[in-house]
Amino acid sequence: MLIRFENVTKRFGSFIAVDNVSLDIAVGEFFSLLGPSGCGKTTLLRMLAGLETPSAGRILIDGVDMAGVPPNRRPVNMVFQSYAVFPHMTVADNVAYGLKIDRVPRAERDSRVAEALALVKLDDFAHRRPDQLSGGQRQRVALARALVKRPKVLLLDEPLSALDAKLRDAMRGELAAIQREVGVTFVMVTHDQDEALAMASRCALMNRGTLQQVASPGDLYEFPANRFVADFIGTINLFEATLAVDETDHAIVRTPALDAPVYLGHGVTGATGAQVWVGIRPEKITMTPADAPRPAGPAAMPHANRTPGTIMTSAYLGAVTLYDIHTSGGTLIKVTAPNGTRSASPALPAGTQVWLHWEPDAPVMLLA
Amino acid sequence: MRLFARKRGDAGPLDYAGRWSLRSWVAVVLVFQYLPLASLVLFSFNNSKRTIRWEGFTFDWYGRLASDDALIGAFANSLTIAAISTVFSVLLGTMAAIALWRFRFPGKGVFDGVITLPIVIPEICMGVAMLVFFGTVAPWPRDLVWPLDLGAITIAHITFSFPFVTVVVRARLASFNREMEEAARDLGASELRAMRDVLLPHLRPALIAGALLAFASSLDDFVITFFTAGPNTVTFPVKIYSMVRFSVTPEVNAASTVLMAITIALTLVGMKMQGTDIASTESP
Repeated sequence: MLIRFENVTKRFGSFIAVDNVSLDIAVGEFFSLLGPSGCGKTTLLRMLAGLETPSAGRILIDGVDMAGVPPNRRPVNMVFQSYAVFPHMTVADNVAYGLKIDRVPRAERDSRVAEALALVKLDDFAHRRPDQLSGGQRQRVALARALVKRPKVLLLDEPLSALDAKLRDAMRGELAAIQREVGVTFVMVTHDQDEALAMASRCALMNRGTLQQVASPGDLYEFPANRFVADFIGTINLFEATLAVDETDHAIVRTPALDAPVYLGHGVTGATGAQVWVGIRPEKITMTPADAPRPAGPAAMPHANRTPGTIMTSAYLGAVTLYDIHTSGGTLIKVTAPNGTRSASPALPAGTQVWLHWEPDAPVMLLA
Repeated sequence: MRLFARKRGDAGPLDYAGRWSLRSWVAVVLVFQYLPLASLVLFSFNNSKRTIRWEGFTFDWYGRLASDDALIGAFANSLTIAAISTVFSVLLGTMAAIALWRFRFPGKGVFDGVITLPIVIPEICMGVAMLVFFGTVAPWPRDLVWPLDLGAITIAHITFSFPFVTVVVRARLASFNREMEEAARDLGASELRAMRDVLLPHLRPALIAGALLAFASSLDDFVITFFTAGPNTVTFPVKIYSMVRFSVTPEVNAASTVLMAITIALTLVGMKMQGTDIASTESP
């Protein structure tokens, strides 16, 4: 393991910013620390950089305990949220700064600076001053300045939050490409789940100082560990439910929110009769008009996984249309319908009666 | 095309000079502010011993200044005191500002409140306090060689100069992005080196402004200096005062003009240094 957090806790006065976090990050990963603001993700990153000291626990980088190692002696470099490009130095001087401190010989320094600037496509800006650069260009300077030191780990603190939407999308792809090119382990803090899902190979979702789940973006979305994860990542319809049947190949959950049972195509580990939550993502629900033939549920349980409802509101979002549907069970369910053809685009009017149904592997059951 | 067409003579909201009442007000202010200074300078070139009537142009009085050893000595004293006290004021003032900005420590609130006291306390009180302090509490040794004999005055000047530096530097510190310093640390700089490479360049305009304030306030201080000066440690303003006690001669005018010219020149140099500096360090 390249990075290892062992039971790391950070307290600021009586506030616990990071609560007993243990986490391993491997070489070459693009790892993302994700969570709402104040969840402790930035504190975790700053402890890795040496800008904060853990109140308890150990942090190891490449097997070396980082306790007492100041930030200037750690094999990590950081891209700060404000970029922190030095305003009184040219772009080239900014990038060369860390190498000058390391007393890298002039010739090698120059070639490494040129290489780093080429990597971030700023070759032509070497002699500009930061106040002559755009926000995106300043970020590239910060990136080059950190990468030129060839760190074992590159830390990125909300790298895209200060960019406008178009640039953000472009930088997403570019950051991932740069990471593949240099092969350095990236640890990125973000509050933006899209950013984390799109770029990271693995994510740690945090809340209130604790790790909620560490998984690949796909697993985080499709196999959330608990209600917080399910709710934070994307949109989900969550219902309180009771576990009625738990067999090896299927499980049946009953919820007062829906007037049909929910049939899951796999067994779960829970005691029958236990209080659970069941979640279904909006895109995994199919909507058919009420006058169409009634949809059949799973073969084993034809009346499950379907419910009648009435469209309350709709929001046309371009690629999909988002509907709020009132079920006869008395709850609102969010459903997205893809606009597969142009003529499909006009949203169904409010008041339309519809059937909602879903596949046995669409719902996810959560114990906590 | 004019966006807001208006009749001639109809003053717009920002056309202050277009209203006769405001125009005369400005004239009165300018006259009272600059006429005394202008006449001081003018009569320093007056070819007459009396300062009231213009008799012709001459550089005589400046020549006489140059040969007045007592005046030259006082001038040298003033510049020396100002230079030394500026160096110490900038050092102490900046350190105090950084301490107040960066750290939490017991008594910080009191320190914060007391630090600007020398600015607001009436000079006469400071003067008397210095007289008592150097007279009875900690007498400055007599008969020291120059410039050590200026120690008491210099210390007094540092006392009232460094708070100016603190105030200016603190204001500048407020706009410092701490991530800059952390970035320098992250890139390998020690704490001291990060301060030198990142914090100091940011503070430069404030350091220049603070140094100018300290230098100017030391150079022209009369009251506090008067109480701490001994017979051999006369400064330029004190010397001018003693000359005026007998009569206001054109020589006094010339001496004052020199002092004024130095102050203006320093201010211009400072503004120039700050101007170029701000242009190159300002971050959006």
